[in-house]
Amino acid sequence: MKYVRPDSYEAASALLGEETGIARILSGGTDVLVQMRSEVVEPSLIIDLKHLDGMREIVTEDGGFRIGAAVSGAQLAEHEALCAAWPGVVEAAGLIGSSQIQSRASLAGNLCNGSPAADSVPAMVAAGAVARVFGAEGFRDVPVAEIPAGPGKTNLKKGEFLISIYLPARPERAGDAYLRFIPRTEMDIAVCSAGINLVTGEDGTCTEARVALGAVAPTVILVEDAASALIGSKLDDGALKGLAAAVEAACRPIGDKRGTVEFRTKTAGVLARRAAEIAYQRAGAKR
Amino acid sequence: MKMIPVSTRINGDEREFLCAPDETLLDVLRDRLGLTGSKEGCGTGDCGACSVMLNGRLVCSCLVLAAESEGAEVETIEGMAEGQVLHPLQRVFIEKAALQCGICTPGILVAAKALLEKNPDPSETEIRYWLAGNLCRCTGYDKIIRAVQEAAAEIRRLQP
Repeated sequence: MKYVRPDSYEAASALLGEETGIARILSGGTDVLVQMRSEVVEPSLIIDLKHLDGMREIVTEDGGFRIGAAVSGAQLAEHEALCAAWPGVVEAAGLIGSSQIQSRASLAGNLCNGSPAADSVPAMVAAGAVARVFGAEGFRDVPVAEIPAGPGKTNLKKGEFLISIYLPARPERAGDAYLRFIPRTEMDIAVCSAGINLVTGEDGTCTEARVALGAVAPTVILVEDAASALIGSKLDDGALKGLAAAVEAACRPIGDKRGTVEFRTKTAGVLARRAAEIAYQRAGAKR
Repeated sequence: MKMIPVSTRINGDEREFLCAPDETLLDVLRDRLGLTGSKEGCGTGDCGACSVMLNGRLVCSCLVLAAESEGAEVETIEGMAEGQVLHPLQRVFIEKAALQCGICTPGILVAAKALLEKNPDPSETEIRYWLAGNLCRCTGYDKIIRAVQEAAAEIRRLQP
């Protein structure tokens, strides 16, 4: 195995493009090193990019936030303006692993690891986050929702890697939330999860909504029917029932020792309801 | 395999070493630098026995490549006492018998110190969540939590 610290994005992309074996980008290493040590993946090339410009910074841009690909969960939680604008995204990232893991784990790493149960991904998809991808032809912006391709797989092309994640500016009266089910209180992988992001009008009517689910399909999914159930409502009981029904209809989970198909489906609906209520409250709306 | 030269500061001292590209910081600390206070429990970031500070952040040294520590500031359990004088956390852990076999203890001490530097007066819940990545299979956690609380109170009295 080779360990390389290239001095530019271009050099990193060229190295990735030329590599004939298995290459991995090292961000926080909390997935890559675990996979190496348990011999799930035996990379021939590790590319460490953390030292490059912008990789470890959160900067404001057009009212939103550009989050470098190696920014850790701990850094997100320490950024007051980000926490105020996108509490759901920050909380979702904060659920990943222990204090030790939080010092290193990143949003971009969580996304590129490709787990359908990745906690930060439904929150980012609900938020409409955009990934900035660097490759042989320079950079391109791709919605986070379009990055996952299946368990452990992404739609990135050879030679491509993430350099940042952009969370857009917030309008007034906007809120987001993320909830997951685990059978204990801490340190576990989501059995299923839901991320909700919504905007309300002055009278509390929901005008925009995005609903994303984790661990109920081969990738994190965006459920437009579930969002439609909220839009135009004040999140009354009927709207929340409609949300839960649309969520259940979209679930196509596996059944395994952590949860049956039925359990995951039903629980995803309940989590979506509860997350919607938190997001609504955060938007400042009262029913 | 090509060896990589690395320069770091460990517990305030300049250290240089050669490591293999796939060697972890934990392996280097223990096997190349003789700093065997950091323990290997699981080797996959679950147990926290290898906890060290890397550039001021608490990390599992088994999930850090040694090569990544180029130019970094590393603090290990060996740097916690000042000469013969134990850190209050170390002393209270002994006084309150907050350890049995001791394998988890260095990691818990490093993690607890990181918490108290961030938050000098944590609640029991905050301590339990912060230490959720440090597993202990013999003492049980109550004595550990109480020792952290008592050491925190002592440190607060000493630093008005």
